[in-house]
Amino acid sequence: MSVGIIKYNAGNIFSVRCALQRIGVDALVTDDKHELLKCDKIIFPGVGEASTAMAYLRATGLDNLILSLKQPVLGICIGMQLMCDHSEEGDADCLGIFDGLTVKRFDNSLADESFKIPHMGWDTINVAKGNRLLPQYLCDEYVYYVHSYYAPISERYTIASTDYIVPYSAALNKDNFYATQFHPEKSGRIGETILRNFLEL
Amino acid sequence: MLAKRIIPCLDVKNGKTVKGVNFENFRDAGDPVELGRRYSDEGADELVFLDITASLEGRDTFVNVVRRVAENLNIPFTVGGGINKMSDVNVMLNAGADKISINSSALRNPGLIDEISSHYGNQVCVVAIDAKCEDDGRWHCYVKGGSERTERELFEWAHEAQERGAGEILFTSMNHDGVKTGFACDALRELHNSLSIPIIASGGCGAMEHFRDVFDFGMADAALAASVFHFNEISIRELKQYLKANNINVRTI
Repeated sequence: MSVGIIKYNAGNIFSVRCALQRIGVDALVTDDKHELLKCDKIIFPGVGEASTAMAYLRATGLDNLILSLKQPVLGICIGMQLMCDHSEEGDADCLGIFDGLTVKRFDNSLADESFKIPHMGWDTINVAKGNRLLPQYLCDEYVYYVHSYYAPISERYTIASTDYIVPYSAALNKDNFYATQFHPEKSGRIGETILRNFLEL
Repeated sequence: MLAKRIIPCLDVKNGKTVKGVNFENFRDAGDPVELGRRYSDEGADELVFLDITASLEGRDTFVNVVRRVAENLNIPFTVGGGINKMSDVNVMLNAGADKISINSSALRNPGLIDEISSHYGNQVCVVAIDAKCEDDGRWHCYVKGGSERTERELFEWAHEAQERGAGEILFTSMNHDGVKTGFACDALRELHNSLSIPIIASGGCGAMEHFRDVFDFGMADAALAASVFHFNEISIRELKQYLKANNINVRTI
């Protein structure tokens, strides 16, 4: 199986590559559209700022490439946020795969001040209805999060949620597009299970 | 629910882990990657690797350690020590570090915090503060591994760091470090009340109750320790079970 990691101006790509190596997959890290189209699976990772990342994707044409993908795609963290309609971070128009979703900044004035921002560390996922990426047995398992922005719950696309100040989308799915707000590549054995599940889609 | 984090800290010199007691008298405690893996298997939530090597050759050795950690471990880790400018940050992030901890360099050049956070996001930038409560009742910040006193005061510096874009504050009480009588819970609680970013407590733990207290009374988001883990005085697995039994939300594996 061939796995492509989309190379763009957001960090964290090396970590994802190492995580795949640990489960026996040597992924290709590239921004070459033809190479990416040939891959069986695509990972769209990222740590970064939404408007800068979107500007880069548009300038390189990677935005249209992502939209055209038919194979399973996994967006991670900022990758997931960029797959939504819009992000409040830098007021960025995003890819619009998860239509109707606007990424918002956590607002701890809504809750007591013990909620810190960024939401950083291990938190549990609620998997209401199991799916192939996140089967029911992963409900209440801990995964690793680092983020200040979140995608709200979508009735159509949310496949797992986490509650931090507000309930938000821990993972999304639409057709071949999957995404997690948490970092499976940093989520210990549970994260490895999730990456394996993705590779088996 | 967000779990309280337990973070073992590994001081690395010439590719080997060491731990200082009150920043002096180093003792060898093995290979950083193997030790890191052991902690990860026991349930550590994150790791911190601090480079305490002074020489340039040691620096390259440390970058190799960072790369090996990234290749071998599946939990997040922070690196610190000797990070003075953006090019140092780039090297560490490219080698696979998730976060960068800066201490003396941030006090010398606070703009470094703005630079790191605007390039890579706040979450990457951990500002470490070594401070000592002195006779005047004020917490004075120290640099250079606790050897040089500055004019900055803990709470105002922590606040400035937050405003500049720090993602977390790692506060080490020099009064408590190595003494094993518990964390500086009062100061930590005050930090918690004055900041909106996560706080990592460091310095002073000698028993499992100290971790309970730092989460319950100190309101810390994470607790960092070194020697109690290195010398098997406290097992992370047992510590997590203990905290859970004391109604503190932790991730057990």
